[in-house]
Amino acid sequence: MSEDLKELGAYIELKRPDCVIGWDVAFDELTIDVAPANIAPFVSFLKTDATCRFSTLVDVTAVDYPERAKRFDVVYHFLSMFQNQRVRLRVSVREDEMVPSIVPVHPSANWFEREVFDMFGIIFSDHPDLRRLLTDYGFRGHPLRKDFPTTGYTEVRYDEVQKRVVYEPVQLTQDYRQFDFMSPWEGANYILPGDEKTGVDK
Amino acid sequence: MMDGSKFDDGSVDALSGEQKIRNFNINFGPQHPAAHGVLRLVLELDGEIVERCDPHVGLLHRGTEKLMESRTYLQNLPYLDRLDYVAPMNQEHAWCLAIEKLTGTEVPRRAQLIRVLFCEIGRVLNHLMNITTQAMDVGALTPPLWGFEEREKLMVFYERACGARLHANYFRPGGVHQDLPDKLVDDIEEWAIEFPEVIQDIDDLLTENRIFKQRNVDIGVVTEKDVLDYGMSGVMARSVGMAWDLRRAQPYECYNEFEFQIPVGKNGDCYDRYLMRMEEMRQSVSIMRQAIVKLREATGDVLSRGKLTPPKRGDMKTSMESLIHHFKLYTEGFHVPAGEVYAAVEAPKGEFGVYMVADGTNKPYRAKLRAPGYLHLQAMDHIATGHQLADVAAIIGTMDIVFGEIDR
Repeated sequence: MSEDLKELGAYIELKRPDCVIGWDVAFDELTIDVAPANIAPFVSFLKTDATCRFSTLVDVTAVDYPERAKRFDVVYHFLSMFQNQRVRLRVSVREDEMVPSIVPVHPSANWFEREVFDMFGIIFSDHPDLRRLLTDYGFRGHPLRKDFPTTGYTEVRYDEVQKRVVYEPVQLTQDYRQFDFMSPWEGANYILPGDEKTGVDK
Repeated sequence: MMDGSKFDDGSVDALSGEQKIRNFNINFGPQHPAAHGVLRLVLELDGEIVERCDPHVGLLHRGTEKLMESRTYLQNLPYLDRLDYVAPMNQEHAWCLAIEKLTGTEVPRRAQLIRVLFCEIGRVLNHLMNITTQAMDVGALTPPLWGFEEREKLMVFYERACGARLHANYFRPGGVHQDLPDKLVDDIEEWAIEFPEVIQDIDDLLTENRIFKQRNVDIGVVTEKDVLDYGMSGVMARSVGMAWDLRRAQPYECYNEFEFQIPVGKNGDCYDRYLMRMEEMRQSVSIMRQAIVKLREATGDVLSRGKLTPPKRGDMKTSMESLIHHFKLYTEGFHVPAGEVYAAVEAPKGEFGVYMVADGTNKPYRAKLRAPGYLHLQAMDHIATGHQLADVAAIIGTMDIVFGEIDR
């Protein structure tokens, strides 16, 4: 399985050296890094090329890495029912960068791109209908960004006086409990209370 | 005149000249019994013909993916039950497979067989629900009453295996939570022997039913191009004749040991998909019976004992290390090595996938749940356009929409 994928990766790189930034095979899965500008033609190459035939779009999503200059990874998964292969494309983009939409090639990307826009605020250029999908009408912010709090900013309740649902800032009677179970002996990167004094003595 | 354009007294009834006919927009849902949950469809109608269909989803959005980022891998497992709540264990399976792939865990044979058994129970649960509510959407009341009786029996099996009727939390990374008692295995086998009769009863009710056929034959036709363009999977994809089943094409667990047929459709319409689901239930029952035979031979542990799984109860009473392990497992949770992985299973509705990015800590850095119904509903505009308003209910039914997994 892994050998086939390496062969496929090498083949794709050979065919489209301008698009492929790098590729690797991990956990029996082929991942190809692609530049944002090339994504649409590259996807249509993957769809039509006889050795690839990645004709089914499985998933489009994004991952947020706030500490990186190119903050987001847009991740595409494709499946070839004909070759029985899967491939993952990874596109790194800055926060202010736009990604070309692949809706003309794969109509199924429509909602996926809308969802990524909704959740991460990544804009897909030439998307036919880039509205929010999963969040509330009139929602602000992009929930799956790492800097968005899990509790959100607003909460709703039905107001008996106004006879309608009203939006209010979140007020929690108890703080959102985020336990830190990490062992102080491994992995934890904070200083235990009291430990900061150890350096002062010297 | 005879056509009503002019009356004896000279008055005119019909409008003359060019008339402006406006399409009619209606809201289908969010609360509609045939919407299978909270779906709002904005339909543009020309008379009774659907011109455009804009699904508004997200009314059941609970932010599962966001919540998952702040919980340990084990704490996230119950969220998977709440996606497609009609067949909960199939979702858990994808989550466990993703973790097992990242950690390189080998699942013991008995646990694999139990997983297969309960995945197929999930498939029957799902198809019973789908077929019978589809029948209800097009006007029959008896099938759901008969089908839900069997669903209830299956949920009792769920309960006897894990303690919960619906939200099982039974599959765990590295195996399943607890071993099945022999009596339960016997009872499932007994049920599997009797169940084909119930399928036959539902078959007698629906298959040649005139109304059911009128409402389903040649409705919601998809073509092979649609399947590829809209990323359909599962029964939707197979209804056009593509024999694509992940259990066969990319086998996971020990599905390659089982003998089963993959029913495919010819016309890609709602009626074909109904027939295929009926046949899939028969195949599932056959897989279950094979699994039970294998299960009786495969005695052994149901969890691969290691960092991912708790120690045996008895060990905890005598060994300090086991006690510490148990405590750390259920507080801190296990750590998953960094990497990204995509694991997919053939859920009853289609390909259910989990894309997981791990960063080496005890929580997933990012988890994306790929639901089959999401893509099917997306194709709603394409499929429903040109159909009558009444067919919308039949199309939603045949797509097997459950909002838990679409809205996440």
